Amino acid sequence: MSATEEPGHSAREEPGQLSRADVIHVANLARLSLSEDEVDTFTAQLRTVLAHAADVAALDLSHLAAMAHPLPVENVLRPDEAQPSLDRDEVLAAAPAVEDNRFRVPRIGPEPA
Amino acid sequence: MSTAGRGGSSSAGINSARAIAAAVVSKDRSARQVTEEALAAVAERDGQLHAFLEVLPDEALAQADAVDAAVARGEDPGPLAGVPVALKDNLCTRGIPTTCASKILEGWRPPYDATVVELLRQAGAVALGKTNMDEFAMGSSTENSAFGPTRNPRCVDRVPGGSSGGSAAAVAAGFVPLGLGSDTGGSIRQPAALCGVVGMKPTYGRVSRYGLVAFASSLDQIGPFAGTVEDAALLFDVLARHDPRDSTSLRAASPSTVSTVHDGAEGVRVGICADLIEGCSPDVAARVYEAAEVLRAAGAHVEEIRVPEFAYGLSAYYLIAPAEASSNLARYDGVRYGLRVDADDASAMNTATRTAGFGAEVKRRIMLGTYALSAGYYDAYYAQAQRVRTLVVDAFARAYGSVDVLLGATAPTTAFALGDKVDDPMAMYMNDICTIPSNLAGHPALSVPFGAGDDGLPVGVQVLAPPLEEALLFRVARAVEAGAPATAWSPSP
Repeated sequence: MSATEEPGHSAREEPGQLSRADVIHVANLARLSLSEDEVDTFTAQLRTVLAHAADVAALDLSHLAAMAHPLPVENVLRPDEAQPSLDRDEVLAAAPAVEDNRFRVPRIGPEPA
Repeated sequence: MSTAGRGGSSSAGINSARAIAAAVVSKDRSARQVTEEALAAVAERDGQLHAFLEVLPDEALAQADAVDAAVARGEDPGPLAGVPVALKDNLCTRGIPTTCASKILEGWRPPYDATVVELLRQAGAVALGKTNMDEFAMGSSTENSAFGPTRNPRCVDRVPGGSSGGSAAAVAAGFVPLGLGSDTGGSIRQPAALCGVVGMKPTYGRVSRYGLVAFASSLDQIGPFAGTVEDAALLFDVLARHDPRDSTSLRAASPSTVSTVHDGAEGVRVGICADLIEGCSPDVAARVYEAAEVLRAAGAHVEEIRVPEFAYGLSAYYLIAPAEASSNLARYDGVRYGLRVDADDASAMNTATRTAGFGAEVKRRIMLGTYALSAGYYDAYYAQAQRVRTLVVDAFARAYGSVDVLLGATAPTTAFALGDKVDDPMAMYMNDICTIPSNLAGHPALSVPFGAGDDGLPVGVQVLAPPLEEALLFRVARAVEAGAPATAWSPSP
């Protein structure tokens, strides 16, 4: 909830229109794979939503602080005492693949040489 | 205060939660009998409505028997003794499937109960089943469920609203007197309005969210559905308490709201908010003004008030909620729970799993949120939307300087036809225009049925109150309910 901003950020950049390339880029960031048809559909639909948001983007609200949360948030602490946690077997039972009491995943990174 | 119409005597209905609990405690009815009747009603009609994703006959009857045993031992079985309750399927239930109506969580059995599920059990309630919803609570019609839509019990060609459409429909159909939903942008109040039941969003932090599958964490709040305002207050009182397992849970004690729900609206300053009415169809708008007259007749001071800042809420919400969702839903990666689509390496597995597991609306919002948070757009969209949030909070504070509660519509129209808006996301988002300001500010608000639209379908009137003023909210809503015109679906006396 801080109003402080780095110098140079006060003049807002007007966002340009969302492109197909933007949609493909964002889908990659979000680990989603889209067909060509889906890229077309989502591009058109997201443009409509962002066009509606143009009224907000155009407001001069530089005098207001950005609000991340509706309540005054303070850190919540408890005494550092061991308490029961979730049952390991019950948790692992929900996993798609398990080995030696751990979550098993496919290879991470490139195939070893 | 005098009552007009059948709505006035609704709290005396034999199937109200309050009446069921009283009958179970006095042994006029057993919890098992009540539960069996509810299960029979579901078996008879839910094939058509699809309010439930999962009915829990064995668990429900076991809990009912436990309540009956407590009564037999002379113990206090709790304020909801033997009352069947429907749970939205984004509330974790230990060992019982919790899907969020998404293929990515199909078959997942949580290793713990949500705090609200525990509180219901301690209060003697009987969880009858898990209800249908828009996938991950993203939607306003329950058509975004991966398992098929729910139909509106008042007219089966229409949507029940959403995202908590299954819980709203379960109460409207008479399967259960109480339901739980979650409200991020109106997902309790809007389906309550469309189904002709009471739906309430508490103050942010009033009800623990431990075990609620997260959508947009700065907005999400669990709340009650009920057939009457009194029953909604009864359920709220069970849920509203501090929970150390939720770091956003409020420490402030919540006073009993059910004990003051019938105290009337005399002397309450009510602001009719044109900014929560103007975008609505004329029949809906007319009902709001009629509800204001009911309050005036009950002794409230009614005045018109303008809060033009609310107009920016929708755009801000549809940047903030997707941004938070894009972060919250990053956890569905095929590793620890839910769906996995195998691939050669972990990254390809993540992408294949998410692509197959999420529906179109969830993907749309994840991408929108990722875009709003990405370099070059963060300040123009996300940070700007957060400033609008401050704008809305300041506007509420100004309004509450001159009135005690605000009155507006809940939804712009009555229930629309299935399929009407599925291909037009922006048209669907407009359903939330009157409910969003309370989420952005974290304030409590409630939808109470008030007559019908020109099509004969339910209209909901929305009451909004300042933070922590739930008792006032219920009291004013009850005064509206007491003067509501009779409808075909008014609870029987």
